Amino acid sequence: MSVTTSSVGRSLLTVGRRRQLTAGLLVTPALGLILLLFMIPLVRLIVHSFTTPTLGLQNYSDALMDRTTWRIIRITIEIAFECTAVSLLIGYPVAYLMATSSKRATKVILLFVLLPFWTSILVRMYAWMIILGTKGMINDALLAARVIDDPVKLLYTRFAVILGMIHYLLPFMILSLYSTMTGIDRDLMQSSSTLGASGWQSFWRVYFPLSAPGVFAGSLLVFILGLGFFVTPALLGGPRDTTMPMYIQQRVAVLQFDQATAIAVVLVVIVLILFAIYDRILGFDRLFGGLGT
Amino acid sequence: MASRYPRRMLWFCCVPVLLYLVAPLVIVVPVSFSSASYLQFPPPGFSFRWYESYFSDRSWIDATVLSLQVGVTVVVLSIAIGLLASIAMTRYRLPFSGIVRVMLMTPLIVPSIVVAVAVYSQYVDLHIIGSFWGIVLAHTVLALPFAILLLSSGLQQLPESLEEASYMLGAGRLATFIRVVLPALAPSILSAVLFAFITSWDEIIMVLFIGGTKGQTLPLKMFSYLRTEINPTIGAISTLLIGLVVLGVILSVILGWWRARRRSNKAAGILVR
Repeated sequence: MSVTTSSVGRSLLTVGRRRQLTAGLLVTPALGLILLLFMIPLVRLIVHSFTTPTLGLQNYSDALMDRTTWRIIRITIEIAFECTAVSLLIGYPVAYLMATSSKRATKVILLFVLLPFWTSILVRMYAWMIILGTKGMINDALLAARVIDDPVKLLYTRFAVILGMIHYLLPFMILSLYSTMTGIDRDLMQSSSTLGASGWQSFWRVYFPLSAPGVFAGSLLVFILGLGFFVTPALLGGPRDTTMPMYIQQRVAVLQFDQATAIAVVLVVIVLILFAIYDRILGFDRLFGGLGT
Repeated sequence: MASRYPRRMLWFCCVPVLLYLVAPLVIVVPVSFSSASYLQFPPPGFSFRWYESYFSDRSWIDATVLSLQVGVTVVVLSIAIGLLASIAMTRYRLPFSGIVRVMLMTPLIVPSIVVAVAVYSQYVDLHIIGSFWGIVLAHTVLALPFAILLLSSGLQQLPESLEEASYMLGAGRLATFIRVVLPALAPSILSAVLFAFITSWDEIIMVLFIGGTKGQTLPLKMFSYLRTEINPTIGAISTLLIGLVVLGVILSVILGWWRARRRSNKAAGILVR
């Protein structure tokens, strides 16, 4: 009896082993690709920043002694923060409207949100350029209406960068908020007004706290994405709107690769810290939660 | 009744935001048919000259073809690799599955400029700057996390009893996979295909570094044009690209209708029987 049990146990074990082996084999191509073309290059970049041209913190002290670096870090964080704040402010009402409207209205709004989401970023950059340029539509209209005598500089400013970035980031914010709001029981609002709360009161004291996880998730996601922006500041910004990603690209372009690696590592560390916070509080799988839609 | 007024206020706040999202895309279209050689609004006359200048320029067509080839290859690779990994993560007890999952997702989190610089220095050492497969593999790294995310959540929602039933009825692993799992997973695969394609088709930062002179994809060429001048040819291309997205949206709406109708027809058929 005991012999059979143990042999069954052993064969079960080998079956388990074999299944684990199969699983390992199935995941190998994906892991191999990520390892070869992502992990190893990234580790090499980090190692490079500490070892070339000399061993030590040379690249970092060079970068951090330079006042330009600090200005660029500040500008990057400022822009990301402004984008996050405005996206939240204008995205919240839209997400709320979607969550509380009829199915058909929600679908129409979703279409408006997803259309830019699917459109190439360069197409959108071009659109903003023809809207904001010196010979662009806004200036044309203002000149024709004689509001101004000379074209106003709108393109290649911080304003243009923020406008273009929010246009990209807003769908992420709205989808994050929306995916939380669909889980909120709408009867709660009803009960709170039955109990005598005014519309504003039941919104601020019942609905808003319940939507807080979405506010947090959306804001953090938009902030993280905002830190990594390259195309928009490069095309719509002026020389004073250089962000960290742009600075990294410029360093590489003028063959100052060593300094570039140090700044790249700083950027990665900032993003990973923020991401760890996201993971701690909301969990990893919440990221890009609205992806399926 | 009391909620009527705030409701109207809410719409009043939201409509400008929705217009802000869509208006730039609408504005591109009339400008692309302008006969003016510089930007002028409203356009002084109607012409196809910018479309002609796109279709007759060998370098623009080459860039488009290259982008298409890269995009399709990235889709095939990332779906194949992603599907295998997703099966391992949802149907097997994968050792260290937590770490594996995080590792596979990190390319989504690290800013692509950093990935681009890292991959660039790797490619310089390997002498594959500007090579087709170099671009394809780099794009696959960016597309793979999306594919795995969508495919594994699709597999998770698919009841395993379906596969078990197929095994019980005598089907082998491969037959079950091809005839049961794949058809049921089709919607997830379709959205993974879309995400993977768009990731590559739209990608600019990576190719800016590793594209070199030979790897001129469509976004890279558009980017370098936009950096120097606002060329109306870009307007024509943009309109074509927006047209593609609108076409895709219309197709997906029709597909949704069709699926819903088929489902309700089936339900009606069962009821009749």
